[in-house]
Amino acid sequence: MTAELLLPLLAAAVQTGTPILYATLGEILTERAGVLNLGVEGIMMVGALAAYVTALATGHAGLGFAAGAGCGALLAAVHAQVCVGFRGNQVVSGLALTILGTGLANYLGTPYIGQSIPGFQRTALPLLDQIPILGPVFFRQDPLVYLSYLAPVFVWVALKRTTWGLNLRAAGEAPEAVTAAGLSFARLRWSAVVLGGLLMGCGGAYLSLAYTHLWSTGLVAGRGWIAVALVIFAFWHPGRAVLGAYLFGGVMAFQFRLQALGTHLPSSLLLMLPYLLTIFVLVAASVRRRGQAPPAALGVNHEPPD
Amino acid sequence: MNPISVHKRTDPLTWPAALILGLAIVLSLSVSALLLHWQDKPARDALVILFQGAFGSWHALEDCTIKAVPIFLCSLGVAVAFRLQVWNIGAEGQFAMGAIGATWVVLQFPQWPAFLLLPAMMAAAALGGGFCGLIPALLKVRLRANEIIVSLMLNYVCILFLEYLVYGPWKDPVSFGFPMTMVFPPAAIVGAIGSSRLNWGLVLALACAVGFWIFFRFSRLGYELKVCGESPRVAGYARLPYHGLVIAVMVTGGALAGWAGFLEVSATLNRLQPSIMVGYGYTAIVVAWLARLSPASIAAASLLLAGLRVGVENLQLEMQVPAAFGGIMEGVLLLTVLAGGFFVRYRVRWRGFS
Repeated sequence: MTAELLLPLLAAAVQTGTPILYATLGEILTERAGVLNLGVEGIMMVGALAAYVTALATGHAGLGFAAGAGCGALLAAVHAQVCVGFRGNQVVSGLALTILGTGLANYLGTPYIGQSIPGFQRTALPLLDQIPILGPVFFRQDPLVYLSYLAPVFVWVALKRTTWGLNLRAAGEAPEAVTAAGLSFARLRWSAVVLGGLLMGCGGAYLSLAYTHLWSTGLVAGRGWIAVALVIFAFWHPGRAVLGAYLFGGVMAFQFRLQALGTHLPSSLLLMLPYLLTIFVLVAASVRRRGQAPPAALGVNHEPPD
Repeated sequence: MNPISVHKRTDPLTWPAALILGLAIVLSLSVSALLLHWQDKPARDALVILFQGAFGSWHALEDCTIKAVPIFLCSLGVAVAFRLQVWNIGAEGQFAMGAIGATWVVLQFPQWPAFLLLPAMMAAAALGGGFCGLIPALLKVRLRANEIIVSLMLNYVCILFLEYLVYGPWKDPVSFGFPMTMVFPPAAIVGAIGSSRLNWGLVLALACAVGFWIFFRFSRLGYELKVCGESPRVAGYARLPYHGLVIAVMVTGGALAGWAGFLEVSATLNRLQPSIMVGYGYTAIVVAWLARLSPASIAAASLLLAGLRVGVENLQLEMQVPAAFGGIMEGVLLLTVLAGGFFVRYRVRWRGFS
């Protein structure tokens, strides 16, 4: 009996956590190179709209996903140009990006409010979905969730097992060393910010293509900011990001379940849960920091020698 | 060989600031025009409507000033925090808590006379907003939690709390189910100045501006704040109480944003309802960064961005352009000013290809 209640909730946790996971991985990639991107919320909005509009116009959900990712990367490139190119303040640039992205998506998206699209549907993976417990939770989802299982592995391999990743981490820890080694510091940070934006765009695209199947103004609802907080919770490691994203997915799914069941608790108070949890998780991660410090040069714009 | 050489200037230039702001405004208008054109709306007419709506008439200027007051109050606190390298993104939530605090007083003591009620509302608004600023400040100095995220999450929490109140316990029984409190009694309303549509909130804002100026010019705490902001290392050597300053700045900023919320419920809407949240707190961030620390420039930037809002409202009325349009203009404005700062701090020379 409890399994019948619990398994769908866990499956919903994975689904709800997926957009947050994409965005968190994007932010980890960006921050590992030393750039703080507070534009996640705006990038996700634009990604969600681009994906939705493309899927609506072409009828191909896959094209929509690519468009969402591409527009996310494009908007992140603005951040890269302002922060890396023009050495502007990273915090303010990110905030501006969120204001811009949210405005842009809400402005351009107004005519589309309320039309639903098929987007991505649930397709069980044969054989794997027969595994007890794991099957129903992880392998009866939509294709974008399956893709998101690969994303942390991809980010981990890119960061830890490639030369590019090593250089990128150096750009986040010791910019002087990067310049001393004759590498292009700006190019490294640029690539990290743009690739990170691509992943954030994927997160936004997931929301409109596979989660709600429609466009609405408050679609992202702070998930971008939750992702920024989760990066700290994850200590900048892709693996822990999975844990954090599903934890939040769980809380959000639980809250929607509770609302659907019709409790006496007012929905406004229930909706506060993820935001309060974000503060709690952030505080918890900040208190016990055992050698899990942020990249040393995070948020610092490097002044190259003349 | 890179054809462009970049050198850091020993003394940053001061004169291009106005030029950069001008360029930023032009760029943000161009982007807007392009977007309008793309949606088959006559871009030139739209810009004229925008400008006329914002600054084209006495009526428009009044509107502008009315909107500039809450933006200005929110920006003061945010600007000081920015100067301290503390990122207070929570003005929106502090504004909401101020509105809630003021409304609580009205609902508790509706029969009080104005000379008791209004000061009590102001005190409650300052307490509400200040409390909302205190949380991220305390978590930052005690537990090193990132104040950007805490203050931003509190925005969502406070707005949801406001919704809970007006949909639930505070809902006016005769509002036909609309989420709003009862209309405030006349004693709880900040009145208009003379026969204009401006209210006495403008005077409150001016008083705050003067207080702000005096504080930074003459008080010891103001001086310490400036030192801390300009050089944290010097502040460390001088043993300035950085933690105390952070808390003081965040609480004061919260109280100021709370007053903005108080003015909105009392003077503008005369009741509490969800439509009070129009994003002044986020606009305040743009203003604070554009204007830095002088109250005069904060006032000027508040008027500019208030004008943008009024203009966009006019555009919405006349051409059905969504209100979100304002966000695009604000975002482009801020990004351009940020990018433009590069040319103030660096000397860029064309070396040519060799």
